[in-house]
Amino acid sequence: MADEKKKNLTLSQQKYQELAKRHEPPRPLVRNFTRAFLVGGGICLVGQAIQEIFIRYFHFTEKTAGNPTVAVLIFISALLTGLGLYDRIAQWAGAGTSVPVTGFANSITSAALDHRSEGFVLGVGGNMFKLAGSVIVFGVASAFIVGLIKTLIKMGG
Amino acid sequence: MRQGYQSWVFPSRPVIAGTSAIGGPFEAQGPLADDFDILHGHLMIGQDSWEKAERVLLEEACDKAIEKAGLRKEQIHFMLAGDLMNQTISASFSARTLAIPFLGIFGACSTSMEGLALAAQLVDSGSADYVLAATSSHNAAAEKQYRYPTEYGSQKPPTAQWTVTGAGAAVVANKGTGLRIQAATIGRIVDMGMSDPFNMGGAMAPAALATIETHFRDLQLPHDHYDLIVTGDLGKVGHSILSELLPQHNVHVPLERYVDCGMLIYGDNPTVWSGGSGCGCSATVTYGHLMRRMKEGEWNRILVVATGALLSPISYQQKESIPCIAHAVAIEADK
Repeated sequence: MADEKKKNLTLSQQKYQELAKRHEPPRPLVRNFTRAFLVGGGICLVGQAIQEIFIRYFHFTEKTAGNPTVAVLIFISALLTGLGLYDRIAQWAGAGTSVPVTGFANSITSAALDHRSEGFVLGVGGNMFKLAGSVIVFGVASAFIVGLIKTLIKMGG
Repeated sequence: MRQGYQSWVFPSRPVIAGTSAIGGPFEAQGPLADDFDILHGHLMIGQDSWEKAERVLLEEACDKAIEKAGLRKEQIHFMLAGDLMNQTISASFSARTLAIPFLGIFGACSTSMEGLALAAQLVDSGSADYVLAATSSHNAAAEKQYRYPTEYGSQKPPTAQWTVTGAGAAVVANKGTGLRIQAATIGRIVDMGMSDPFNMGGAMAPAALATIETHFRDLQLPHDHYDLIVTGDLGKVGHSILSELLPQHNVHVPLERYVDCGMLIYGDNPTVWSGGSGCGCSATVTYGHLMRRMKEGEWNRILVVATGALLSPISYQQKESIPCIAHAVAIEADK
């Protein structure tokens, strides 16, 4: 526990938290890492295969095949979410399914599904980015800053 | 009548005239399936939202408990109910359907015993002849409100718990036969600074300890007085913590007589992590499973300690710790 956090606790609270910690079953880290590696890698492998198909059979270049490949992965992810399977796979795979683009698609689809009962505008529209929103905000903001730094360095150079 | 600091004894020993337990599809696969009055095959229960589905559960629980008490709803003087939804909509909307004078209560997962204790008090004081106490929770509705979208793929830690889809109700009466309510202890908020919403058992265990300790002190009972002490939804993690805390605090309850509803409802199923939770957990297990076994004569005296974690999604995001509470009700066979 961080010392900062500990400072605000009384002695009995600290003692209790140490006791409670002992009763927590440890997170199976090795198992989680292995599964995340396998599933995350597997998703990337599938993505690579899809990309190859686009290049070989649909005359895309390596550069232009990226977008349709991502679209296919997003579609599969959204479909699995809608069928109620994605969260089960994710409980098994952990970060393996949440880090790739499929996890992003799942966060949007699942929020949209959950809030369908509140209508299309206030429910689906208003809530579908409730998890993905922060990814977009910080993604765009950090891309802007990185772009700015890159431009400044170029100007200097 | 108050005894000690925060306990009530009920000289008239109000009768639990009828109880009910309603469950969802996952509960139907659990080891206690036979103890439910109605089990539903789908989480939606033919409704178009999780929230409406929960309301149906609660309404069915109320109807069934009144029916099993051999009463009509017009005879019920007051209804006390609560749930986990924002503004306790499941309870209020069910009360709208039932049209019984209504007091909404909120004690998170401790609502079951909060309601039962208050119902007993109303009956014992002569304020009512029949009082209905009910509560409900719905797995998907609770996940949606408290955590992530239901279909969102996030991996939960082994300390997490599974919110029960279910509702339980009890009719407390001033006469008749059945199990009787002997006493109740109203809990104080205990906050040990725990802030992980995926470890509610760990957060709530000290609240259960405080209430159990106070109950024995207030009523001056020997620690082996009860044939069974059951906590609401501490799960495996909280159960193991409390089993260590009780002897440490000189509460020498025979530990083989201590069980937890959250561990009973799904048995050893590893997919529920630490166990069941939610208002429906202690309510369905107590009103269904435990009451049946008491009526069969297995136990004469039990103490039900329903535990509640009084957090909200906002308090958690603002990095607040989790205030917890536990209410205990002593139920005895009619002798």
